[in-house]
Parts: sequence; structure tokens; C-alpha cells
Amino acid sequence: MELVLQSIANALVQSGFFSLWAVGLVLIFGVMGIINFAHGEMVMVGAYTVWLLYAGQGLPFPLALLAAALIVCLLGLCMERFLFQPFRENPLGGLINSIGLLFILQVLAVQIGGLGLMKHVPPAFPGTLELPFEVRIPVQRAVALVVSLGLLAAVGWLLTWTRLGWALRAVSMDREAAALQGISVRRIGMFAMGLGAALAGTAGALMAPLVRVEPYMGHAVIITAFIVAIVGGIGSIRGAVLAAVLYAFFHTFVTTYYSGTLATMLGLFIMLLVLVIKPTGLMGSRLRE
Amino acid sequence: MNSASRRHGWWLAAAVLLPALAALPFFLPFHRQDFMIFLLLDVMLVVSYRLVTLSGEWSLIHMVLMGCGGYASALLSKRADLLVWLSIPLAALLTAAVALLLSFPLLRMRGFYFLIGSYAAGEAVRLAWKYFVYPFGGPKGLKLIPPLELQLPFLEQPLSFVEPIPFYLLLLVVTCVSLLLLYRLEHSRIGLTLHMVHWQPSLAEAVGVNSWRYRTLAFACGAFFAGLAGALFVHYLGSINPNQFAIGEMLYILVWVIIGGTRTFAGPVIGVVVLSVLNEIFRQYDEWRPAIYGLILLLSMRFLPDGLESLPGRLRGLWRRRVAAAQG
Repeated sequence: MELVLQSIANALVQSGFFSLWAVGLVLIFGVMGIINFAHGEMVMVGAYTVWLLYAGQGLPFPLALLAAALIVCLLGLCMERFLFQPFRENPLGGLINSIGLLFILQVLAVQIGGLGLMKHVPPAFPGTLELPFEVRIPVQRAVALVVSLGLLAAVGWLLTWTRLGWALRAVSMDREAAALQGISVRRIGMFAMGLGAALAGTAGALMAPLVRVEPYMGHAVIITAFIVAIVGGIGSIRGAVLAAVLYAFFHTFVTTYYSGTLATMLGLFIMLLVLVIKPTGLMGSRLRE
Repeated sequence: MNSASRRHGWWLAAAVLLPALAALPFFLPFHRQDFMIFLLLDVMLVVSYRLVTLSGEWSLIHMVLMGCGGYASALLSKRADLLVWLSIPLAALLTAAVALLLSFPLLRMRGFYFLIGSYAAGEAVRLAWKYFVYPFGGPKGLKLIPPLELQLPFLEQPLSFVEPIPFYLLLLVVTCVSLLLLYRLEHSRIGLTLHMVHWQPSLAEAVGVNSWRYRTLAFACGAFFAGLAGALFVHYLGSINPNQFAIGEMLYILVWVIIGGTRTFAGPVIGVVVLSVLNEIFRQYDEWRPAIYGLILLLSMRFLPDGLESLPGRLRGLWRRRVAAAQG
């Protein structure tokens, strides 16, 4: 019983991370029609920023978190300007460019931090929350969950209640019609890319004290983000969040009771099934060409 | 140039190039022989990959299909005690069968759905090798895989293909035959139909071409040659593990093909040869290799979108313009 409750607590924390990864990916895809293969590496850059600034330079953790979000946001804007914008007509071109960048970022991470060395990031908020039924959540994890929930709520608010959010949704629904309404598709693309990147950077920063920070940590991120985005219905933010929660529970329980490799394998099978049976996913409404 | 003299040109080039390639390893140090072997394997991989791209799909499962061939041949020869000379072609056929099986879900998708789907399927297969210790050996993979051997009447000991030079020569023959077959396939009716399925899908359907069947054929044939390369590779190396077929390795194939160009048969071969030779020259910067590849990929996407194969035509165009300008 304790194990089940503990797993539920862990799954909740995981679902926050999974949502942040996938929502960024879906935002970028929805607005620009480009699959960002380097999304996992953005998370990695966020984690490295915290490792360098907080664990290395002794900056306060919230400041390092902010710095990570800003740096990755800047990286995203540069990607949009130099890698995606020149390939507007060719979505595969943008994807291939993001693969090129992925290699470069990984090597830079190896050069900065070395390979196989333990990069210890001490928890910024030590201590554990003792919940009933002997469920323990480290404060760091609870903080991560709260911050990611807050961010998701903020993104939801932005998309539903602000003119900017409406414009963003309009562009992701029909680019030409949005342009005819006087929306600058280019500027909205920039904004979506910056926002998606900042979410990825924040997720990486929040994860840094909780996971092993290493150059290839982006691999697990991109697989999970793909599974979640496809199962949720690519292009749908709500679907992505729903799928993130479901997949986080599935993954945590299979990992706890069997193995992590099996969990990912089954996740990929589910994703393939969705692609074959219902390519629009849980909440997506239509396919893109 | 008419087609007859063009064909003569090809035969002449082959007649010069092949003996040169066959003689080359005898003048090279050991690690360069190894390099030549991997280069030939990579050539087989990119050319078979091109067959898949002919139907318009960019797959991310090709490297895993190579691994399928490797694992199949390793298991057949190690656990089932099959003769290695039989296990290699059998493994290639099995890989084609696996591709055929995978094509049912995968080829229902197109564009980047296919791309992501093939990535997911490949990763799932790779994780299966990692997860099931029996029969795949788990994360450590399989070791002590029996080598290719040939008992010749005039030799006391059997000729072992673990030695680089015999293996290289064998591989050269297999590669040449594979390239010839793939070239013929591309320039046959099937290849032309594949071009149509790619560029004019509605027209293809309208004139009664079953495009699904042609895409399946391209996918399975590509898998056959990838599996063949994998099976040969595993008996040379003597070991195999899941990490050799990770997505990073697949991305190298993508880089080679894109940088070489996909319009002509020679494009991917040019890409893999040029980049591998460059890589060999800058060997001391090995840790920077992925970044250099990434940078080359970004630059070539921006400034040479049609790949290296388009370079001669572009230079010719530049030259003509200069001549025209000089003439006033």
C-alpha cells in the first residue's frame, strides 16, 4: 500500500515534467509546423545552466532557474531565426537543422562538463515532506511540481484569455487566414519558439538537482515528449497535458514494479498503436500534411 | 553525350576503380584497412537507404534494421549452429521480413508521421534487444560470434575473414554486387514507378499504381541490404550490442545522404566517402566529430541544399557566367 501511494506521489511529480517537455514541443509544432528534434537538448542546456551557475558559482537557485529559462529562450529564438525561418517552405528542412544543432549542443556539453563525471547539484530545498501513510516527497520535488503546475496554468491562461494567445492559436489553426487577419505569423512563430524553449529550459533547471546531469540526457526527454505529444494528439496542448499525466502514471508504475526499459518500450508501442489506429490522438482534431 | 558512350564511360571507370580499390588495402596500415571496411559498410547502408527515400519517405529505422541483420545472423550461427555462409543471407532475408511486418503499421503514415513512427518502432526494437537478456544478451549484447571461414584446398588452415584484407575483399565484392542490383532496380520500371509515387502520388493512383505496394517493396528491399551489411559486420567484429544502433548512428546516415544529395544514385556515396575521409584526416579531433558533422549539416542545408552532387553543375554555371561576363 505504501509503495502504491509513494508511486502515485512520484508519478504526480513526473507528470509535471512530462507536461513541460511536451507542451513546449507541441507549441513549436502547432505554430510553426516543425518538429524540434533538439528539444531534449534544450532541457539539457537548462540543466547545465543550473549546474554551472548554482552548483558551480553558488548563485541562488531561483536566480539560476531564471537564467536557465532566459538562456534557453534565447537559444530558441536564435534557432527560429537562423535554422527554421529560412526553411519556411520545407518543414523537413527545419527538422534536419534541429538534428544538426542537437549534435553541436551535445558536444559542447561534453566539452564543458566532461563525460561520465558525476555532476552533483545539491538540492536547493533540503528536507522531505512527511505525508500520511508514510509517503515521503523531498521538498525539492514538491517545489518542482508546484512550479511546473504554475507555469502550465500560466500558459493555459495566456492561450485562453489574452490577445497574444488567441493570435497564437489562430496561427496554429490556419496560417493564411491568420495572416489575412493582420497577425504577424513570423512574430507569433518567434514567440511560440521562445516560449516553448523557455518551458524546456525551466524543466531542465528544475530537474537538475533530481536527476543525473549529463550530455545525453536529452534522449530520454525527446522520446517521452514524442510519446506524449502523439498520444495527446499532436498540436493539442490540452491533449498533451492529459497524455503527460496518463503516461507519467503508466511509466512510474511500470518502472517501479518491472523496469524502466520495459516502461519506455511499452510507451513506444502505445504511441505506434495510436499512430496507426487514431493518428489524431486523444484530443487532436485533424492531421497536418 | 549519348547514352552508349556514357555507358562506356561507366564501364571504363569501374574497370579502373575496382582493381585500384581491391589493391588498396595491401598498401595501407592496419587501422586504415579497418577504415576502408567501415566505409564500404556505410556505402551499403546509404545506398540502400536511398532506395527508401526514393518513395519519398525519410525513415529513422534503417540503422536498427542493420542491427536486425546483425542480431539475426549472430543468433543463427551462435545459438542454432548454422553455417555462417548460410546465416548471413538468411539474416538479410529475415531483416526484409521484419521490414515487411513493420511496414503494415509504418507505411500507413506519411511525412513526419512516418518519420516519428519509424523512430518509435526502431527504438522499441532496440529496447527489446536491451531488455531481453535471452536471447539478445541484454545491454552487453552478444560476444564470441563465430567468424566467417573458408576451407581452401591449397591452404592448411581455413581462410579466416576476421583478418581485414580477406574480409575487405569479400565485402568489396558484396558491395559492388549490391550497388549494381540497387542501381538496376532504380533504373527499372519499379524505380521509375517509385519516382512517380514520390512526386506525383495522385497521378500514380489515378493510372492504377498501387503506391502502398511500391512503398513496401522499397522499404523491404532497402532493409534487405541494410540487414546484409549488418550480418557481415557482426561476423567481422565478433560482437554486437544495442548501443551500436542508437539514434545517433542513424543520424550519421541522414547527414551523409543529405550532404551528398538524394537526386542521383552517386549522391549518397559521394556524401559518405567525402565525410568519412574528412573524418579520417581530422582523427585527432574525434570528440568534436558530431559537432563538426552538425555544423556541416547546417551549412550545407543553407548553402548547398541539393548536396555535393549539385556542386559540379553549380561550378559550371558560375564558370559560364564568368566567361559570358568576360566576353562582355
